[in-house]
Amino acid sequence: MAPTVTVPTPLPEKFPEGTVVEQEGMDQPTWVVQREVLKDLALELRDGPETQFDLMLDLCGTDYPERDQRFEAVYHLYSLPRGERLRLKVPVTEDVPTLPSLIDVWKACDWFEREAWDMFGLRFDGHPNLRRILTHEAFQGHPLRKDYDPARRWILTEDKIYRPHPQPPEGEDDDDIFERMTINIGPSHPAMHGTFRVVATLDGETIVASEVEIGYLHRCFEKMAETHTWQQVIPYTDRLNYCSSFINNVAYCKTVETMLGIEAPPRAVWARTILSEFSRIMDHCVANGSTLVDAGALTNFWYMFQPREEIYGLLEACSGARLTVSYGRIGGLSADLPPDFEARCRRLLEIIPPFIDDVDGLIAKNRIWLDRSVGVAAISGEEAVNWGWTGPCLRASGVGYDVRKAHPYDLYDTVDWEVPIFHGGDVHDRYRVRMAEIRQSLSIIRQLLDRGMPEGPVIVDDPHIALPSKEACYNQMESMIYHFKLIMDGIQVPPGERYSMVEGANGELGFYIVSDGGGKPYRVKVRPPCFPMMSTFSRLIEGGTVSDAVVSLGGLNVIAGELER
Amino acid sequence: MSGLLAAMLEATGPTLFHYVLVPLIKIAIVLFAGVLPLIMYLVLAERKVLGFMQARVGPNRVGLWGLLQPIADVMKLLVKEDVVPRRAVRWAFVLGPCLVVAPAFVIFSVIPFGPPAATEGGISWFVTDINVALLMVLALATLPVYGIILGGWGSNSKFSLLGGLRSAAQMISYEVPQGFALVGPLLLAGTMSLVGIVEAQRDLGMWFIVPQFVAFFVFLVAGVAESNRNPFDLPEAESELVAGFHTEYTGIRFALFFLGEYANMIVVSSVAVTLFLGGWLRPFPSVEALSFLDLSFLPAGLGGVVWFSLKLFVFLFVYIWFRGTFPRYRFDQLMALGWKWMIPLALVNLFLTGLVKVWV
Repeated sequence: MAPTVTVPTPLPEKFPEGTVVEQEGMDQPTWVVQREVLKDLALELRDGPETQFDLMLDLCGTDYPERDQRFEAVYHLYSLPRGERLRLKVPVTEDVPTLPSLIDVWKACDWFEREAWDMFGLRFDGHPNLRRILTHEAFQGHPLRKDYDPARRWILTEDKIYRPHPQPPEGEDDDDIFERMTINIGPSHPAMHGTFRVVATLDGETIVASEVEIGYLHRCFEKMAETHTWQQVIPYTDRLNYCSSFINNVAYCKTVETMLGIEAPPRAVWARTILSEFSRIMDHCVANGSTLVDAGALTNFWYMFQPREEIYGLLEACSGARLTVSYGRIGGLSADLPPDFEARCRRLLEIIPPFIDDVDGLIAKNRIWLDRSVGVAAISGEEAVNWGWTGPCLRASGVGYDVRKAHPYDLYDTVDWEVPIFHGGDVHDRYRVRMAEIRQSLSIIRQLLDRGMPEGPVIVDDPHIALPSKEACYNQMESMIYHFKLIMDGIQVPPGERYSMVEGANGELGFYIVSDGGGKPYRVKVRPPCFPMMSTFSRLIEGGTVSDAVVSLGGLNVIAGELER
Repeated sequence: MSGLLAAMLEATGPTLFHYVLVPLIKIAIVLFAGVLPLIMYLVLAERKVLGFMQARVGPNRVGLWGLLQPIADVMKLLVKEDVVPRRAVRWAFVLGPCLVVAPAFVIFSVIPFGPPAATEGGISWFVTDINVALLMVLALATLPVYGIILGGWGSNSKFSLLGGLRSAAQMISYEVPQGFALVGPLLLAGTMSLVGIVEAQRDLGMWFIVPQFVAFFVFLVAGVAESNRNPFDLPEAESELVAGFHTEYTGIRFALFFLGEYANMIVVSSVAVTLFLGGWLRPFPSVEALSFLDLSFLPAGLGGVVWFSLKLFVFLFVYIWFRGTFPRYRFDQLMALGWKWMIPLALVNLFLTGLVKVWV
């Protein structure tokens, strides 16, 4: 899904010849940039009226051991006003793996740079806090380098753990200092949905400084993806954002499909759109439910979880699993839809709205809830973009970027729906955006159901991609060989690289995949939507109370599985 | 029954009988047949009612409709390991839960569950009727906060300490409007005896909730805050402070805190029923046509006890209903509500009541 508009090449004179070179034949405009000019170029790209790349989506490393300049730092940029994408690649050598830090340009780079340091050992000059983020403090080596043995095991002990020490703001009189108290919220704490750790320095109940620690759920998804065949990666994607695992399946499969140059059959696309929307509803229900339960409104939690429960029934009927469905396949779906699929969907459309309306009725005008949420943990649209936010949280800050509208995929451009936008940027508007999106999702599903289920297969008819049926496999020689080849060697994906994205439940879920033509991915990088949002968390909660911090976390919808991969 | 009592009176003599034996029996009945089972089943009722409100079932595995669940819970709490954190301040840690439970139980001694004895020397439906009962209620209702602070501080845990501090600030703030709210009925009745206050409502011909509606409202809100219940459950806000002041408590000590919370709920409800809802009186106590509501066919004033219990259950239901409805306040908002709204409201009410009392 390459953008149709190419980036104008401004390349002013101040960048010497050869420092910025456009790479041909890519899925999206790609510039190879020398690190000396990176920072100037980044500023130029962000502020230039012709470029306006205000959103730094993703930064990752790649490793090509056979090259002279072994590592590449890959930046994915997006221009919200112009709707265009740009990829910057900055090659560096193993001896001097150093780049300038771009925190001053895009704050989103903060954690992404730490991740690239952690995973590849890329050093970012000028980063104020360049230390490991996903792996343990005592970890040796950089796990995503190609020469790092994936089977290697470590014993990591307690005494090597980095002890966070949030720095309280300077210049306050010392009399107050003894009143301060530092508390650990998490990693095991009822409000930390998942395993995060916030070390907060309190002055009374007010948080004056804080530091967020993550990595407790890091599972080396990206390294594991490099050791498995293309199909075997799918169950791993379930475990990214496990509240809406099907959307992850779709995002991954679509990326590989575009690399293969195939398209899923209409029936699969139809079902993917419907099930993605149901997954989105589930995810929003979880986010809003946990926000409300953190605010003490217990009943709403159950009311929000009931629709989720019902939707799990549908997913179970389709795939046999409830939470981690693994229903998507490269080229379609793993199994045909159940015969009562439409009836089940219609029933869900009937039973979900009352729950949503009930919660809205109970809470929307509740004075206590309004006092707790309006203006709490607020962030302006401009700032949110700079921090790399996408998805419902960004739309709550007044920026109406939705991949489904901006770069439609599947059937989203054929149905009539709106992107809800609110302008407060606070906990309350994040809640309202999700409620509105649930209603939009229901409308999308209803329109698709009215259109009727397309006939035909649910997976492409290509023996190099789709597994043959069990019967064919047992009875026909060719099918058995195809089956064997697919299982043992995997799908052969042509060499190349691709970034493609869908609108995940909490933001733009992108997959940047590099293939070397083999049966396994060469590099899989997820752009996790909640990663930039969690990196903003300290900024959001400082100055507020502990209660504010707790009530704002659920609304960010940070899912540890996706955050830490 | 009455034969047995007569025999005991015969054996002990009237003084010992009326001032030692009968109160002891009453205390035993109130505690072991009244309050403790009520608390146990209040917990079950809360879980059932909340389940009903929250689109789920609630406990239904132990016994019919989960009726044996409280017994199973008590057994579990009794046999659990009793952990005292190594660096806790032991005496404070041990004393805390006791200080929460004991005062609540003592208050029951002055609550009139039913009318006084119809005849001289008969048995009345309360343990004792003292002429400073209201003061005693106020004094004892203040004590649990010490238990919470001691427990929170003695646990030597930051979350417990925060919970204890929140609780201290909250209870002291809401003590004030609660006290002011109690003065309204006191002025109207002209006595501090709880029995006397109920009788004053009977003589006035209406429950004090009618002339003292504002005081009732303030008392209700402050009472919810006093017993640390939603939406004022900040001291133990599970999503913020893990479990607040009782984070470090296990087994029977935790059960005592738990017991204290529910006992306090019942105490506050009982006091509210007594002061504002006419205690054991039937609705519209002055309307003769409704006198069948007195349930006078029941022996020994039991009808009054039925009415008292009904009103009490309505209150307890309201507590549970609150929990199923409201989000939780933030600490500063809670304080603002207490000091900026509740106390002025109670003061204005007190002033008006005083004016009425002087000039009418």
